[in-house]
Amino acid sequence: MLANLPYIVVVVLFLIGLATIVLKRNLIKIFLGIVILESAVNLFIVSLGYREGGIAPIYTNAPGTLMVLPTPQALTLTSIVIGVATSALLLSFAIVIWKKYGSIEIGFLRRLKE
Amino acid sequence: MITSFIVENSPALMVIVPFIAAFVAPLTGRVAPAVRAWIVGGAMAITSAITLLLASDVYAHGTRLYVFGAQAATQTIAPDSGGIPVRIMFTVDPMSALMLVITAVLAFAVVLYSLTSERDHTGLGSYYTLFLLMVTGILGMVSTGDIFNFFVFLEILSIASAGLIAFRIDGGIAVEAAIKYFVLSTLGALAVLIAIGIYYGQYNALNMALIAQRMQYTLLDQVALVLIVAALAMKCGAVPMHFWTPDAYSMAPSSITALLVVASQASLYGLFRAVFTLYNVTLNAACIGWLLIVLGVLSMVVGVTMAIPQKNVKRLMAYHAISQTGYMLLGVGVGLAVLGNQSFLSAFGYVAMEGGIFHIINHAMYKGLLFLTAGAIFFRIGTYDLNRMGGLGHSMKWTMVFFIIGALAIAGIPPFNGYASKLMIYESVFAFNPILSVIAMVVSILTLASFVKVFHSIFMGPVLPEYKDVKEVPRPMLIGMGILALVVIAFGLFPSIVVDTLVAPAAHALADQGMYIATVIGGGA
Repeated sequence: MLANLPYIVVVVLFLIGLATIVLKRNLIKIFLGIVILESAVNLFIVSLGYREGGIAPIYTNAPGTLMVLPTPQALTLTSIVIGVATSALLLSFAIVIWKKYGSIEIGFLRRLKE
Repeated sequence: MITSFIVENSPALMVIVPFIAAFVAPLTGRVAPAVRAWIVGGAMAITSAITLLLASDVYAHGTRLYVFGAQAATQTIAPDSGGIPVRIMFTVDPMSALMLVITAVLAFAVVLYSLTSERDHTGLGSYYTLFLLMVTGILGMVSTGDIFNFFVFLEILSIASAGLIAFRIDGGIAVEAAIKYFVLSTLGALAVLIAIGIYYGQYNALNMALIAQRMQYTLLDQVALVLIVAALAMKCGAVPMHFWTPDAYSMAPSSITALLVVASQASLYGLFRAVFTLYNVTLNAACIGWLLIVLGVLSMVVGVTMAIPQKNVKRLMAYHAISQTGYMLLGVGVGLAVLGNQSFLSAFGYVAMEGGIFHIINHAMYKGLLFLTAGAIFFRIGTYDLNRMGGLGHSMKWTMVFFIIGALAIAGIPPFNGYASKLMIYESVFAFNPILSVIAMVVSILTLASFVKVFHSIFMGPVLPEYKDVKEVPRPMLIGMGILALVVIAFGLFPSIVVDTLVAPAAHALADQGMYIATVIGGGA
């Protein structure tokens, strides 16, 4: 049970993020929902590489051979960087929408329909 | 010496050249816009040349491997790695090479076109940066052999595309389209990332060949398959998830729309790569094959019926793009549905896959051409509204010729390339299930009807008074469109040569999973 705790947290975070995207009507909140989803996925990947009682995977003077996996950490780091770029772009869209429409409620985003 | 260096390192160079140029271009733009234009054009020409060189090398000598950071570029398994390919590698097989050819030709034509069509706009520094990043993303996506690397290039492509869709803010409407596209793209990319995590958790591998070799098709793998297929089918605009396509395609600048078509095809490539290379016969081929067929038929029918009432010429073309994507899904889906059955496969399965893959390259060319002609019309008259156009055939003769070529090709009229690939799809799908073939033909007829209407309302009729001073577009734009028109005609006149040299190796490389694994991991697969 305790070993599965990270995955339970992942599912809860994922659902929170999804609910935020679907239910909220404010652009900033929708974008924050995406950020929460990203955190859930990052947590999922980094917990795949966790080993109970493992040490950092540095072989010089290592006290033992039980180590956490380094690859998921590298993946997570990359994914975090991509996430920052994503959030920056989304928030800059929100700024433009605010300037043009004077609101960031999605109820105002109806001009695309013909 | 220098040529052998370029040939040897071409997989890395074709990604690095546009990537570096993307960040050099805005700096030089501060000195002089002309210098920037030369750098962007030159970088794209070099990238296209390297890409075509690599593709011809792949067709001549088989799959090319490029392992980053290894002692030799083809050393996939380092001696101290315990028999596991740990490094990021590019695996360029004939299917990837086909996508590289498409990207090289189209991106070069588009850059020629946009150097003129965008020259009066502001913010061109970032325009070209994002443009070259898009090219980088597409080239990386279709050539990588590492699934996490695929995700990274997918995100590079999504971010650059979203920036470009919003490029002409247009009172905020383009930004709405970009938000729609980017939120969906990000959700899709996260779904792909979860699938990657599932593969890594089970097989301790990120290399596609190693995952394919170890594939067990457990329940978790089925979840991962669903996530990947849903995400990439959304990215390529297949019907239940097509909502972003007309908005994004119609709001982006036309040159970018042409490149977005290739970006969608790259997602389609990713979908086929996942289904055929990662899973292949381990999955329930008939079931997933029928899933692709149903997606394809839905896309064809819904796309074309939604296209007919459209008033905005680019929205109309975008719905046709959805409809044409359906043909590719149909062709390759039939191939997948009979994957386990060798006699069906050689009777019509390979032909169906070849037709679907041939349609990818044809679609990129004629749809790119059509979007560029729409952009040329907008360049001169400033509207996409069909009701406000008319009589342009008197003044824009070359644009009209290019539009006719594109329109006849998309409707599947001989002797243009759309006919060649659609005929292959009709024949082979008829052997599989006649009803599907009939639907495909009806959709083709509706496409023709729709384009006859568009042609009439744009080009025919008397010269309208408000457009009596309209001139033909400048020559670089015509050259860009001309390149694509030439390819459309050439592929239509000599389809058998193209199929034998380009398409058939790609279809066989896609279907043959064992070959892919053996190339990367070695004979002991």
